[in-house]
Amino acid sequence: MRFDYDTSYRDGQALLRYGSGRAAYAVLALLLLAAPWALGKYYVGEMTYLFIMCIGSLGLMVLKGYTGQVSLGHSAFLALGAYAHAWMLGKGLPFALSIPMAMGFTALIGLVIGLPAIRVSGLYLAMVTLAFAILTEHVIGHWDAVTGGFNGMSVANPVVFGFDLSGLRPFYYLCLGLLTLVLLGLVNLMRSQTGRAFRGVRDSEAAAYGLGIWVSGYKVLAFVISAGVSGLAGALLAHHVRFLTPEGFGLFLALELVLMVTIGGLGSLRGAIFGAVLIGMLPVFISRIKPMLPEQVSKQFGLEIFVFGLILVLFVLFEPKGINGRWIKLKTFFQTFPLYRKDLFKRGKTYMKSERYK
Amino acid sequence: MTTVIQLTINGMAIGAIYALVALGLVLTYKATEVLNFIHGDLLMASSFIGWGLIVVLKWPFWLAVLATVAIAMVFSWVLDARVMRLIVGQPQFAGVMLTIGIAFTLRGLVSMSFGPESRNYPTPWTNQKTQLGGVVIADLSLVIVATALLVTLALFWFLRRTTLGVAIQAASQNQLAAFLSGIRVKRLTSLVWALTGGIAALCGLLLAPTALVDISLWFVMIKALAAVVLGGFGSIPGAILGGLLLGVIEQFAGVYLPDGYKDAVAYLVLIGVLVLWPRGLLGDAHGRRV
Repeated sequence: MRFDYDTSYRDGQALLRYGSGRAAYAVLALLLLAAPWALGKYYVGEMTYLFIMCIGSLGLMVLKGYTGQVSLGHSAFLALGAYAHAWMLGKGLPFALSIPMAMGFTALIGLVIGLPAIRVSGLYLAMVTLAFAILTEHVIGHWDAVTGGFNGMSVANPVVFGFDLSGLRPFYYLCLGLLTLVLLGLVNLMRSQTGRAFRGVRDSEAAAYGLGIWVSGYKVLAFVISAGVSGLAGALLAHHVRFLTPEGFGLFLALELVLMVTIGGLGSLRGAIFGAVLIGMLPVFISRIKPMLPEQVSKQFGLEIFVFGLILVLFVLFEPKGINGRWIKLKTFFQTFPLYRKDLFKRGKTYMKSERYK
Repeated sequence: MTTVIQLTINGMAIGAIYALVALGLVLTYKATEVLNFIHGDLLMASSFIGWGLIVVLKWPFWLAVLATVAIAMVFSWVLDARVMRLIVGQPQFAGVMLTIGIAFTLRGLVSMSFGPESRNYPTPWTNQKTQLGGVVIADLSLVIVATALLVTLALFWFLRRTTLGVAIQAASQNQLAAFLSGIRVKRLTSLVWALTGGIAALCGLLLAPTALVDISLWFVMIKALAAVVLGGFGSIPGAILGGLLLGVIEQFAGVYLPDGYKDAVAYLVLIGVLVLWPRGLLGDAHGRRV
């Protein structure tokens, strides 16, 4: 077992306190850097997709996991980021300028959607965002002049300072780099005053208010940050798919994102990554096992939805803390080896917040 | 003038379906505080079951309707007693996630077993029309409105006038007090789920002949959500009113607003009402408690 024993202020502030953690992340970084040279083309593309999904999932985690605001329509922000980016590239803006502008645009929309969030919360907010996602898909489908409507819209290649990054490996490194940046930024944000305020708002709005936290301000701020990060994911996704159609950003994507954060474990950035990797890999995995299934089942397209639903149900029922919760339990098991008790993480009694009359 | 009447009547027919779906949503919400996302998919699955019974097995229409409703009711009862009960006491959103998960599973199962093709089945009223003072109405629409009316009245009578109904109301207001007065709260919750399941099956069977038996039928649930919100969340008369109103609004939007607004207007209503007027038409005012 390890006990924290600080010998300087820097110990408490370090991102990774121990040599073992630093070594583990260094190995991970080396593996990720070497991966495109060792893996086949198909897998490099898939990993790039996973990185993009990780960014999207991180974006939703800020909102849902850290401020407790449920959004069932985050696909809309991805769509807005993707289309804004593709449109600006089409107008001849350079990639390095277009990405931040697309992020800014989505963040602005996030502000507009976040403002009503002061008035509605919980289920109501979930419904507002759901309706917003459907509306966005609808508008994109019908605004032919800008978005190409249902015919779709092609995306220009990413060119940074004269280098074409559309190749498989350069784009892989671009996504990896941006994911690292986003992750580091969010890790630090969540350790800061802002992050603590977010968690305060999540756990008890009244208590946060009583402590002088500007509740509505932080709620909207979470929306803005979340939308901006999702916009970045959308812009990268635009390059990954190369051809944008409204169907690509439908409700299914929104629910995939919700699945990622829920299965990963709400309230942890590591969980967002875990969830995105698992859910992002699932389609590949399913297409792999399809040949082994009876033809009647494998021919149908519903298999994917079925597996998604089943995984979600099992996680909600048996591991509400998600993969991250399981990870922490495993870690504690090994760290405290002979001393681990089965009910160490047993949930205390929780009571549903009720709207009933009392 | 005739156009306006015609549009209103068409809108009422569509709105009656929205109202029925909304009614089911409100019932489970009132009784268990779970926003039941399974509702739309159960509706879709029932229409497939109905198609299977009527077209494939050649059952008579009424027998098929009864059987489908019964299947949906048993399914919902078991779902509540075996699955939903496991998460009682967890945060409200756990219920939403669980129902979304089950809805996905159901949708996947249906599309795996039936495939992506759309289907249709005959009803006793297919392709029949009635003339009412210069307005042409499809008989199917009349049946839909009549069923909606009948179900609402029956439910109203059941909840107000029978001991069981009053017990359900009591349990939905305060579970502990109801339990202490000798009401079997768990069984009643399952009963409400079964009722909702039956309503969903009825909606599916009525909606499928006007649209088509298709996976995308579940989408009517999101329209019904808009109806629930418009009427005031958690109010049964509100759900009915909201549903009918939404149907009429959609019809008028289809004619008087530019192309493409018809499908979007329900979501605009949903967002608009929630943001500007969260109480809805007939909602109860309740402040949020800490």
